[in-house]
Amino acid sequence: MVCESWKARLDTYLDGEVPEQEMRTFDSHVRNCPSCSADALSRVQLKRAIQAAGKRFTPSAEFRKRMQQNIAPKPRRSFRLRWMLAAAAAMVLVAGALTSTYLGNRSGRDQVFSEIADLHVATLASSSPVDVISTDRHTVKPWFQGRIPFAFNLPELQNSEFSLLGGRMTYLEQTPGAHLIYDVRKHHISVFVFRERSLPARLSDSALQRDKLSFNMETWSQGGLRYFVIGDASAADIDGLAKLFKAAS
Amino acid sequence: MNPGLRSSHHVDVSGANLQLDSFEELAIPLFDQLYNFAHWLTQNRDEAEDLVQETYIKALKGFSSFQLGTNFRAWIYRILRNTFLTSRKGLKVTMTVPLDFDEEEEGPEPAIERETPETLLLARSSHELLQKAIDELPVHFREILLLCEVEEMSYQEISETLAVPIGTVMSRLSRARQSLRNQLRPHSQQEAAPRIARGTNHGL
Repeated sequence: MVCESWKARLDTYLDGEVPEQEMRTFDSHVRNCPSCSADALSRVQLKRAIQAAGKRFTPSAEFRKRMQQNIAPKPRRSFRLRWMLAAAAAMVLVAGALTSTYLGNRSGRDQVFSEIADLHVATLASSSPVDVISTDRHTVKPWFQGRIPFAFNLPELQNSEFSLLGGRMTYLEQTPGAHLIYDVRKHHISVFVFRERSLPARLSDSALQRDKLSFNMETWSQGGLRYFVIGDASAADIDGLAKLFKAAS
Repeated sequence: MNPGLRSSHHVDVSGANLQLDSFEELAIPLFDQLYNFAHWLTQNRDEAEDLVQETYIKALKGFSSFQLGTNFRAWIYRILRNTFLTSRKGLKVTMTVPLDFDEEEEGPEPAIERETPETLLLARSSHELLQKAIDELPVHFREILLLCEVEEMSYQEISETLAVPIGTVMSRLSRARQSLRNQLRPHSQQEAAPRIARGTNHGL
């Protein structure tokens, strides 16, 4: 198979270690090849899982204290200097705590967004993207009953350019949710619905362009549910579908 | 380098002091990460503490040989790792690693199906299963996976840390991942899959 040569380097690509000039061709191949994109998704999932599982051990408070005393013996410092250093250290700690909370939130958020993008791409690449194939919201909505632990409303699409293609169950961060696929002018748009409190990262409502993936995405929270609308359609179309959902809920 | 040099910091605000401060600036933020890595290597809390402590002492003593502006993280991880490998447990662990460790024949990697055992497993993600699988990897696989995925080191940094060429980093990483995937397969399949250098940690 032609893909073997790409696949052999897929890990290197996902580690961001492919030379810059090849990155572009690699990107476009992975995007257009269902087999490679599915493979990439599976590898990315494993990478993320290892990253999470690998942060496993933290030093005990007692050991931390002992080490701090060990590393920093400053016997002859004047009282004033010591005091200033303590104040400076306290400030560094506060600043550190603040930035790490901020960075933690931000990376959690970015991770959720890229996982959403992965789910969107992987589903469209699949040979059977939807489990319930229906353009009728009255068929699709009941299908989710008993499959996901919440209910939500699907918008009426008459007099709009959108059409419903179907839906499937999905998972984000081990949380079950609904994945709906819509069509607008030959573009596919995914709508994801999850329970807000089951998601690990706190997200703010926003519309954004994932420039790296060239997707438009909009996300918001309503009635305890977190919605994501993502696709390669225009930002206006994404927003249009988001508005219909907001109005229906 | 003369370790006595470092103790001159008690002369107070001097060049030596500046250097000591910059050591702390560089080393203290890495404390949690180094501990995590040490615990993964030693698989034991007490030994991890000893290892981290020894690493800091050695790093502090050798700090004058460290060139400011080069990669401190790779440098101190390298000290930690060398300290571990020359410890009793480290020697025991590496003795069972075959000499042709990196040259082992690499068969064609099986293509990953969409619903592989590991994606199913990870979807229901049990942290613990994955942690156990990582724990069971031979130490050379375990450490390179952690440096790449957890520490997010570049291949260049990993190559400096492990003191091996980048080509070796790539092939070892690839085999570490393959080995982990094999571990994660359900038992029936795992038995059939070739076990790469497994059992090397059993003596621990």
